[in-house]
Amino acid sequence: MNSAHDMGGMHGMGPVQPETDEPVFHDEWEGRVLACFFAMNAWQKWNIDRGRWFRERMPGPQYLNSSYYEIWLDALTRLTADGGLATEEELASGHAAPDAERRIPTFTAEKVAPALRRGGSARRDGEPAEARFATGDTVRARNIHPSSHTRLPRYVRGRKGVIDRIHGVFVFPDTNASLAGEDPQVIYSVRFTAAELWGEDAPNPTDKILVDLWDSYLEPA
Amino acid sequence: MHSDHDDDHHHAMPSDPALRTRALESLLVEKGLVDPAALDAIVDFYQNEVGPRNGARVVARAWSDPAYRDWLMRDASAAIADLGYTGRQGEDMVALENTPDVHNMVVCTLCSCYPIPVLGLPPVWYKSAPYRSRAVIEPRAVLSEFGLNLPEDVEVRVWDSTAELRYLVIPMRPEGTEDWDEARLSDLVTRDSMIGTGLPLSPGEAS
Repeated sequence: MNSAHDMGGMHGMGPVQPETDEPVFHDEWEGRVLACFFAMNAWQKWNIDRGRWFRERMPGPQYLNSSYYEIWLDALTRLTADGGLATEEELASGHAAPDAERRIPTFTAEKVAPALRRGGSARRDGEPAEARFATGDTVRARNIHPSSHTRLPRYVRGRKGVIDRIHGVFVFPDTNASLAGEDPQVIYSVRFTAAELWGEDAPNPTDKILVDLWDSYLEPA
Repeated sequence: MHSDHDDDHHHAMPSDPALRTRALESLLVEKGLVDPAALDAIVDFYQNEVGPRNGARVVARAWSDPAYRDWLMRDASAAIADLGYTGRQGEDMVALENTPDVHNMVVCTLCSCYPIPVLGLPPVWYKSAPYRSRAVIEPRAVLSEFGLNLPEDVEVRVWDSTAELRYLVIPMRPEGTEDWDEARLSDLVTRDSMIGTGLPLSPGEAS
């Protein structure tokens, strides 16, 4: 979706503001939001791509005015309702309905560190998926504008680049986010010149921008 | 918050995120959806188990051991796992080596993708609009705000982590460290030097 999250190349966002000795969390609630999000993943009502999609679906003006963890909090609230794990009324009131099912959490404390150290790769190298392109091929990123989740950023759509690396077969986020299946595809790092992306306004035309793109985002050029 | 035009948003939650978080967490606990002790363990993990000292060890090893460096460039996931750094948001790693001719820097224009097992959670600036918008269109201007002014003949390569590959920049080993051991070298490796928005400390800058 062409929403506020797709920021590559935008002007007017101000200076980068690094912080000296930045804490991991700036307030206790930030860590709790992150923790709730990961703990709730265990119910498998959504996946990483759906989580990203729900964060992107925050209305643009609000997205730009929210801190990172405010966006996560908002998305978790909507995912919890969407996944049927709590009702809108419960989420609005902060209390379980009197007749609500009470579950027993299966993602318990002793499972946390092993699960986070294990992770869950989106790589699906065993799956049949054709690499249509070879390293060095010139390709064009398709000029598509899906209104649902995609990882094809606007700033490369319609632009020509060169296949720099082939990374293997991975879950395709566009279908996975809408729970329509993993549709595994080859991912390539596609190398664009600054001149191709930004034209005569590229400050250094020969600098390179490399973007990881799934096979179906690309067409021969 | 209220929004009239988006049916995703008809909650009457308080606007203060701390209060909203408390309300959500207490609901999730009441419904048996989360274990409060697991939440504590997740927070503890991110505060104490991951962080840029992990990545610094990887870089120092690569600087010290040519065979390890070759392995890291060929199969970063395996080489990094060999030092014990694995897991969420580091499952599929790629190492990018800076050279006298090429400087790599990493961004995620679409969200906040970051190699968490080796660098920890991303800093706020990495997740924020200024860096995400500007890194791909004016990388050298961004780098100069970090105090890094590269010669024109050094090519900048900006890696936008749009997929599930996670990138670790291997900066160039500082001069004057030829007889340094790995532990000492790792003290020179800053977080920003592994994102590509900085350089390692020089021997004189190390305390």
